[in-house]
Amino acid sequence: MIAHSIFFYTFSIIAIVSAIMVTASKNTVHSVFFLILDFISISCLFIMIGAEFLGMIMLIVYVGAVAVLFLFVVMMLNVAQQKNQWFASEASSKHIPVGLIISTLIFVELIIVIGGWKYKPDLFDINNSLELAKVSNTHSLGQVLYTDYIHVFQISGMILLVAMIGAIVLTFRKRVGVKTQSYIKQISRERSDGVRVLNVESNKGVKIDD
Amino acid sequence: MEYLSIFFDQVYKILFLLVPVLVSVAMVVWLDRRVWAFVQKRQGPNVVGPFGLLQTIADALKYIFKEIIIPSSSNKVIFILAPIVTMTLALIAWAVIPFSATQVLADINVGILYLFAVSSLGVYGIIMGGWASNSKYPFLGAIRSAAQMVSYEVSIGVIIINVLLCVGSLNLNDIVIAQQNLWFVIPLFPMFVIFFISALAETNRPPFDLPEAEAELVAGYQTEYSGMMYAMFWLGEYANILLMCAMGAILFLGGWLSPLEIYPFTLVPGPVWLVLKILLLFLLFALVKAIVPRYRYDQLMKLGWKVFLPLSLIWVVLTSGYLFYFNLLPIN
Repeated sequence: MIAHSIFFYTFSIIAIVSAIMVTASKNTVHSVFFLILDFISISCLFIMIGAEFLGMIMLIVYVGAVAVLFLFVVMMLNVAQQKNQWFASEASSKHIPVGLIISTLIFVELIIVIGGWKYKPDLFDINNSLELAKVSNTHSLGQVLYTDYIHVFQISGMILLVAMIGAIVLTFRKRVGVKTQSYIKQISRERSDGVRVLNVESNKGVKIDD
Repeated sequence: MEYLSIFFDQVYKILFLLVPVLVSVAMVVWLDRRVWAFVQKRQGPNVVGPFGLLQTIADALKYIFKEIIIPSSSNKVIFILAPIVTMTLALIAWAVIPFSATQVLADINVGILYLFAVSSLGVYGIIMGGWASNSKYPFLGAIRSAAQMVSYEVSIGVIIINVLLCVGSLNLNDIVIAQQNLWFVIPLFPMFVIFFISALAETNRPPFDLPEAEAELVAGYQTEYSGMMYAMFWLGEYANILLMCAMGAILFLGGWLSPLEIYPFTLVPGPVWLVLKILLLFLLFALVKAIVPRYRYDQLMKLGWKVFLPLSLIWVVLTSGYLFYFNLLPIN
């Protein structure tokens, strides 16, 4: 149990410190790296409470894909050289109340969620958790996800799909004058399309590019 | 005291796994160069030690004694972290590889997800190295590799789903045992081919070695690295290749199972079979390097997104349809 709590506190401290560093560090790329560290330590915490499937999916999706794209964009925009001027300038200080309101809302929501746990004691019922321990984490997730919550699951999938299509439509622009390779065109090229045998008269030449 | 004994027990096990892996990485570099040379009718490294076997160790020694140069305009912490991340990620994944039914360091429930997660983290070493170098070519190489590895990971993930549909478990030992009667390479052969090609792209091997295309990008993300840090990138890359070979062997070639369950084959222990299968896949990796010319970047992305992803998705539908129709779904 001691080793367990040592690991728990190590990961939680890393998670909290890196979460603070995401907002506090001056360099944007460093912020993203701290975000990644945060994700990794959170997934370690997930694994520690026995939710190994969630922890691994967190690593694969957030760290392996989302954060890579994040990093990609941040590096491409070259904001790395920018200094953190969020609170420094006059114009941007208007954003502070909005941020405060949003963070208060999230904080209140978190308190409600934690309070809900406290007042619903059967969530931590011993019999309940024993029953869960028989099947693996992945099995039990799949059992509820594809039966009881299939509609919610499908709807969230549809929302993601719509968002994806929307993002593509918004950023798609038809570029003109771009030479793209067409395999069919290349393969179906005949000798007669490319070669023309002409009898060239002396001192007159041929007209090309007609 | 009890914790200490558990700790030392684990450390001893880990050392007995990691030291052979590192030694075999060195041997495999030699094998790669030899195969490459033989295809091109050259000799390859054949001077240091018998058949040149110690060439990699000589190279590593050379790298150790070279000076580590850190560019003055680089981001030093991340610059130093990058090869360490690459090497660490290439080695920690070996924890879940089952060498036989009992010989596995961590027999976890979500072994295949762990492997997939670690291999998807591998891109960070490259991005960090490329960005922290603060130089054009490494940065271009890093961007290329990020796009490439993320896109081929998607198809590898879908291929893993194909295998998991036939197994019904995420545990690597269960995956191996499920192939007792028939290796998955036979029913899922197209997926094996796609997995192999995606593994080439995932590990930045030729013909997909665009992150370090020496004709355009000097050496890609490794340009500014020298000495031991370069060697760590290099060894990490080969450890990753071996890891992908091990993943292929476990998913499709039956892991530590012997090819036929009859007398002379059953004498050979499981780890030997796994190593032989890994070596076979590695030989294919080395041959591909020698034979195939490099892809163009747009062709690479087209292949990943427009060919492999739809093909493997269609195969998921086919596999699940087949298993459902013939009532073969592994439900326990």
